[in-house]
Formats: sequence, C-alpha cells, structure tokens
Amino acid sequence: MTRPGDLLAAAPVRKAPAAFDVERVRADFPILRQTVFGKPLVYLDSAATAQKPRAVIDTLTRFYEADNANIHRGLHQLSERSTAAYEETRAKVRRFLNATEDREIVFVRGTTEAINLAASSYARPHVGRDDEVLITTMEHHSNIVPWQMLCEEKGARLRVAPINDDGELLLDEFEALLGPRTRIVSVAHVSNALGTVNPIRRIVEMAHRRNIPVLVDGAQAAPHLKIDVRDLDCDFYTLSGHKLFGPTGIGVLYGKAALLEAMPPYQGGGDMIASVTFEKTIYNRLPHKFEAGTPHIAGVIGLGAAIDYLESIDPEGRAAHEQALLEHATRRLAELPRLRIVGRAKEKTGVLSFVIEGIHPHDIGTILDREGIAIRAGHHCAQPLMDRFGVPATARASFALYNTREEVGALESGIRKVLGVFR
Amino acid sequence: MASDLGDLYQEVILDHNRQPRNFGDLPGANRRAEGFNPLCGDRVTVSLTLEGDVLKDIRFQGSGCAISKASASMMTETMKGRTRAQAERLFQEFHRLLTEDSGAPDAAGLGKLVVFSGVREFPIRVKCATLAWHTLRAALDSAHGIASTE
Repeated sequence: MTRPGDLLAAAPVRKAPAAFDVERVRADFPILRQTVFGKPLVYLDSAATAQKPRAVIDTLTRFYEADNANIHRGLHQLSERSTAAYEETRAKVRRFLNATEDREIVFVRGTTEAINLAASSYARPHVGRDDEVLITTMEHHSNIVPWQMLCEEKGARLRVAPINDDGELLLDEFEALLGPRTRIVSVAHVSNALGTVNPIRRIVEMAHRRNIPVLVDGAQAAPHLKIDVRDLDCDFYTLSGHKLFGPTGIGVLYGKAALLEAMPPYQGGGDMIASVTFEKTIYNRLPHKFEAGTPHIAGVIGLGAAIDYLESIDPEGRAAHEQALLEHATRRLAELPRLRIVGRAKEKTGVLSFVIEGIHPHDIGTILDREGIAIRAGHHCAQPLMDRFGVPATARASFALYNTREEVGALESGIRKVLGVFR
Repeated sequence: MASDLGDLYQEVILDHNRQPRNFGDLPGANRRAEGFNPLCGDRVTVSLTLEGDVLKDIRFQGSGCAISKASASMMTETMKGRTRAQAERLFQEFHRLLTEDSGAPDAAGLGKLVVFSGVREFPIRVKCATLAWHTLRAALDSAHGIASTE
C-alpha cells in the first residue's frame, strides 16, 4: 500500500533492476541481430572487444547531434553541457570503482595508455639501477612491455611470478619475489587469455606489508566483476571502455590521490596547465594534470552510458548467468575428443581457451567463422603465457552477459565440424 | 562442409598438414631464414642448399596452421631443383593465385599448388599461405634473413 510521503522518500533511490533476462539483454544490442554466412551471429569474442548496447550508441549520436563542444574552456551553452556531461561521467566512474574522490579518475585511451602513464609518471622517478618491477606470467603484452621499456632504460630488472598448470598464480612464489628492490607490482585482475581471477586483495596485502604499490590491470575484470578499489586497496586500477560495452579509445586510470598528486604529468599540452609562460608552467590540479589536450569527450560520455546500462541490470542475476554459462561451456567442451582446455583455475570468469590436438587454432577460427561463430585464435597478446603452456596459440571463446546456452551449443557443434574436417 | 571451406581445406592440403614433406633441419644448408607472422605468432624456418644458382635441397621447420604448413610443405617439393629465377617466378605466380580474382593462374607452372586458390575467399589467411614463401625469398636474399608477412 502506498502511503503519502512514500513516493517522495523513494524518489532519490535508484530503481531496483529487474531480474536478469538474457533475451531482454540481447534485445539491447542491435549488432547481435544479424546473420554471418547465413547463420545467426554467435559473438564469443567479447574479451577482445564487447558489443555496444543501444543506449551507448544513442548517447554518442545524441552528443554529436545536440551537445558537441570542447570542454573546460567554452563560455557558451554547448561547452557547458559537454563539460557537465564529461565531469558527470568522472563521478559515475568514481562510483563504479568505489573510489574516494572524482580527481582520482583519469581518462586515458585505454588500459594500455593507463599502464604506460603509471610506468612513466609514477615508476620512472622511483625505479633505479638494479631495482625490480614484479609482474606475473599471465600478463597481457600491455602489462609487460611498458615495464620492460622502463627496466631497460633504468638498468632495472623485470621479475615474473610463476603460475601453475591450471593457470593460477603461485602466491608463495609471488611473495618470495617481493624484495627490498621491488618498486612496483603490476598484475592483471583477470587474465585475458585464461580467465583466471587473481586474488588481488592478498596480493596487495603482501606488497603493502613491504610498502610496495600495486597496479591492477582491470581490463578483463570490469566487464564481469564488481570492482571496489577501496576494498582491494590497490594503488592504481585500469580499465578499457570498449571491453565494458562502451566506445573504443577511452579508458580509465584510477590512482590514489596522494600518489597522483606526487606524480609529474605524463604529456604536456592544453588543459593540463594552470598557467604558462616561456619561463615556467604551473600544472593544473588533478585529474586535469594528466589529461593534456582535447580528450575523447564523446568516448567519455559513451562510457558513462555504458556504466549506466550495466548498473540497470541485476548484478547478482547477471553474475549467476555468466558463471553458469562458463561452467556449462567448460563441461560441454571438455567432453569433446582431442580438446584440451587451457586455464582451469578455480576462480575464473569470461574466458574459455582451448587447443585441439593436431589442429591449429587459426583453422578452428576459420571454420567456426563460416558457422557464424566469432572467436579469437592466436596468442592473445600474451606470448610468454603461450610459451608457459607450450602452445603457439589457443582458440578462445569469451563470454559476456548477452551470451546464451544456445550459443554454447552452436560452439560445440561448430567444433565438431572442425573435428570432422581434420579427421 | 560449406563449399568455400571445402575449397580451402582440400584433401591434398590436409594431407600435407598431417604429414609435411621436407620437414626438419637441413644439415649443411648454406642459406637459412626465419619468417614470422606478427598477427598470429606463427614461425617458420626455411633452410636450403644453394649450389650455384640451383636450389639443390630445401627443408622447413616451425609451427603454424594447416594452410601455412601445407603451403610450406608443397613449396619445398616444388622448389627442389629449381633455379633462383624460376623460384622468383613461382613466388610471383603463387602470390597472384592467392590475391587476384581474375588472374588466371598459370596452372602448368604452379602444378598442384593451384589447390591454394581457395585461400582467395579467406583474405585473412593469405598471409598464412605466403609465410614460407616470403621466408624462402629472404633466405635467397641473404645468408641469415628474417622474413615477416608485414
């Protein structure tokens, strides 16, 4: 029964999301309604890039049709609207990550740029000759190469924490590698090639006990897990908008305010300055210090729409759906002859990597493509990890909230077809 | 199997994939090159014994998809005993076969290599089919070359 005042009291509270319904979710993604080679598209490559809901596409169109202007500088109405939408998204990302302050949210091009920014502005002044940077075997190239470049420049050493045959980080060995010369730890929250979820809280505890800061590459985690940077207590967290159902070319670096404050700028240019003379430039305050030049304004606003969209979906229902789907797919594929699943961590999300004896992943990918099934085949920008498992490449099916059990069925029959071609 | 898939994975290609010919190291080789495809990480090494102008012997090693392995295997069979000029002509013809729709391949020149014409319908796989060929070219051009499909 509604009493007077109830409506008023309820007004500021976000409406509880409806129970998760995958068919309703699919209806939100226009791209999924198509056929490829005459077969319904089965998109199992969301770990490479996720598809975009109508809400994101419409937001981008609306922005360019109605509000487009440069931000932080115009006196006019459009600029005011653009700036407000841009900065509102910063607050949205702050809430999404449960960060403390808006200024801890820096917009960048993606996780790659976020890691490069941290390596350049945070680590470069802190890493010297014979110092160490610690990563893990399961990192994406974007969480290897920036550190390698820094180590080369400084005469420092890149140390790599090993994993077991299931693709899980060996925590004891990780801890043993934390030494007096370790200057930063950089680790994936979720492995893009294996789906392993790393125990970030324990990793951070171990590192912080020795006063070592931790960067977490969240590119593959944000689309699947609830992220809480304060609970994780990590020092930096990165994400890519396009893997989070938002536009390409936009991402986020979260950093604790005290660390970001102390860091020099990453790039020089407009917007990152408070005042410029030819003698001296005073840098702008956070986060603008790290956002030189006109940013990807539409991308930021599109990312905001993606976050709104995700938050409109029942989180428990969605997590249960994704987990059930991954378990179902794992069970079905494990029964296929000659097929071996690569990455069998107890904690996994989103990714099912596999190899088939005598069949190269590219041939698997080509045959599945003709069935309308999109997977990734290759080294997944993780060549050292492929070496660890003794394979040149894997086939990878990756799942998002819009995938269904029927699609797992299509994948299974597609793989049977592959087995038929390569008898 | 859909017909274009059937054209791609012809029996002779599957056979060379299963049992690649001239596979392994070539002791006494005087030309060697490594080729890689940065897109997929595939690697192939082509070794040859060049006597004067003639490819006396040729072998390959590496890992790759069925298309790249079969192409390498059949290339070595075709190249054995050819002169450098003949090898270059075959390279050109093979490339045309994979990329040009109209280019009626000189079937006589390419022999059974025409089975690769099905790759045309799979543009992304052209690099797989030509990796070993680029590597052979690099081997002929220098004593220790690196070839890339890029």
